[in-house]
Amino acid sequence: MSLETFIDLTFTGLVVGAIYGLFALGYTLVYGVLRLINFAHSEVFMWGSFAAVWVMMLLGGRTGMGVLPAIGLLLVALVAAMLVSGGVALVVERLAYRRLRAKNAPPLVALISAIGMSFVLSEVMGLRDRIAGWVGLREPLAPYVEKARENVSFVNPLQSVTLFSISGFQVRSTQVIVLVAAIVMMVGLDQFVRRSRLGRGVRAVSQDPEAAALMGVDKNRVIQLTFLLGGLMAGAAAVLYLMHIGVTKFNVGFILGIKAFTAAVLGGIGNIRGALLGGLVLGLAENYGSNIFGSNWKDVVSFLLLVLVLLFRPTGILGESLGKARA
Amino acid sequence: MRSIVKLATPFAAAALLLTACGGTTGGSTDAESSAGGASGCPEGASIGFFGALTGPNSNLGNNIQNGVKLAVDQHNAKPDACQVTVTPYDSQGLPDQASGLGTQAVRDTKVLGIVGPAFSGESKVADPLFAEAGLVGITPSATNPALAENGWKTFFRVLGNDASQGPAAASYITTTLQAKKVYVIDDASEYGKGLADIVRSDLGAAKVGDDTVQTGQTDFSAVVAGIRASGADAVFYGGYYSEAGLLLKQMRDAGVTTTFVTDDGAKDEGLVTAAGAANAEGTIITCPCLPPDKAGGSFVADYTAAYGTAPGTYSAEGFDAASILMAGIEAGKTTREDLLAFVKSYDAPGVTKQLKFDEKGEPSDISVWAYKIAGGQIVADQEIKAS
Repeated sequence: MSLETFIDLTFTGLVVGAIYGLFALGYTLVYGVLRLINFAHSEVFMWGSFAAVWVMMLLGGRTGMGVLPAIGLLLVALVAAMLVSGGVALVVERLAYRRLRAKNAPPLVALISAIGMSFVLSEVMGLRDRIAGWVGLREPLAPYVEKARENVSFVNPLQSVTLFSISGFQVRSTQVIVLVAAIVMMVGLDQFVRRSRLGRGVRAVSQDPEAAALMGVDKNRVIQLTFLLGGLMAGAAAVLYLMHIGVTKFNVGFILGIKAFTAAVLGGIGNIRGALLGGLVLGLAENYGSNIFGSNWKDVVSFLLLVLVLLFRPTGILGESLGKARA
Repeated sequence: MRSIVKLATPFAAAALLLTACGGTTGGSTDAESSAGGASGCPEGASIGFFGALTGPNSNLGNNIQNGVKLAVDQHNAKPDACQVTVTPYDSQGLPDQASGLGTQAVRDTKVLGIVGPAFSGESKVADPLFAEAGLVGITPSATNPALAENGWKTFFRVLGNDASQGPAAASYITTTLQAKKVYVIDDASEYGKGLADIVRSDLGAAKVGDDTVQTGQTDFSAVVAGIRASGADAVFYGGYYSEAGLLLKQMRDAGVTTTFVTDDGAKDEGLVTAAGAANAEGTIITCPCLPPDKAGGSFVADYTAAYGTAPGTYSAEGFDAASILMAGIEAGKTTREDLLAFVKSYDAPGVTKQLKFDEKGEPSDISVWAYKIAGGQIVADQEIKAS
């Protein structure tokens, strides 16, 4: 492996890894406060990706427009995706978790209801052409709903250009934007949970829900907040994913969700910094593994890595959970 | 324990539901119609179309089915014609769906012949079932050479296999494109790997690197890094359009401008959609299929009139395959046995070529074309002559 290839693999691995990490936050946050895996989170991401695609279509984004309008459009798409993902995450919390929690149902029941929500959300998107047909909107909405089960492409109005090169490897603008944006978002979230009043509530509930309630923390509000935060991050991850990969479809969340979940477990589920670290490690491992063994070994390498890490560190690389990490 | 039962119950219920659904169709198994005699027209006679009608690579399947339906409609419109319907078997292009659907087709005695399976992977699963049942299957698009080597008496195809496409692609890359360093990638599918392996061996020393991706993969950064490192001046991709389009987009996004050459499985506007028109510009596609507008007779006009769009890739091949079956039914060959014998000895001009099969079921007349993406459209470039 030449130095250039090594830098190439490292850099692009970090780009994909940062997206995994951002996506993984939703799993980690919810696990932190509820001790449950939110299996509908993959669909939260998928809905965000469609929101971005549709907003871009609606606003007429196309390649070759000016840099400033292009950035403006991307920001609008980002906000739309974050809002839709955050909204879907709140809906998931309301429908799949709240009532069960109020009745003190065993955790496994909530797990199953989340899996059910995941199927529903995914199929609603996959059957959107027929659903639009039932309400008589199939014709007017044709560009948005037709070919419901196929790849839909995201028009990235910002042309990717070479920024600079490191020993022969050209660093492209899209890659830098994705990487920087993902890391900024994660640092922002980490600081929010660490420093803000609401963040303190999140940490308190994750450490000891009963004591937090006694101290006047509204547990339901905190749980809503964690779902919302996870959803917002998933929406951002969706836009970055679209900038990097370019297409989405109704079941895009499945494989990516497994990868993001892996990243969360790898870094230590319940730990925000662990999600970022896990994502980056996973992205790098996939790229190095693909290069050494061939791309068809990509998933094998990443899951083998997960097994190995869990064998020696059952709580993940950084271990510990949301609250305890900085108690 | 209780929790395990709770976890398992919905899955078990879902599994039961699925098997129940699988069993409901294709139930009518009266063996009467096959005994109807040579001249009779069995009630509800039908031919099957076997291929992806939904799923990520369904555009090709729908193109073919439209061609098949056109041939059947034209047959049915003739005076005193034996009315035939088309029974769709939607495999989604997945080999693991093919076995159940193949059995369904075999059991339904009203189905006299099959157009398909469309892809090579599913053919490998379904064709043995057809061979055992004596059900003739004419594929308009499955091009893996090994399919013809199994001694299936019911296997026919109306287009050249990858043993003709592979060398043509390799010769186009080395002579027309003048490429000295070629990077070869496949998707590990029956079709993509088979074709890419032929290209690999034909290129010999000109191949500077290779890789295998997974179907359904979306991030190709490691592949792109490999291509960049090899300094290749051409990339050959053996596989279908979903992955080809994403790989192409990510190559161009990463600043890799290497010429992209791919195969008939990627010959679809889905490739341009996934990659973006600007990124796809100049991409070469090889295909043992005639450019749709070069099809003979009134096919192009009829197709356009029927569907409102020009014929797509393999529409004409689908039409030809179905036309052979229709000619047989018109000649009174309305049992599976008679129809099979009829196809075996068929020799007449179709819209894509002279339709005649050798003893393995391969077409005797083969042409391979190179297509190019220009302005977001797939246009015919030139016929690749055997070298």
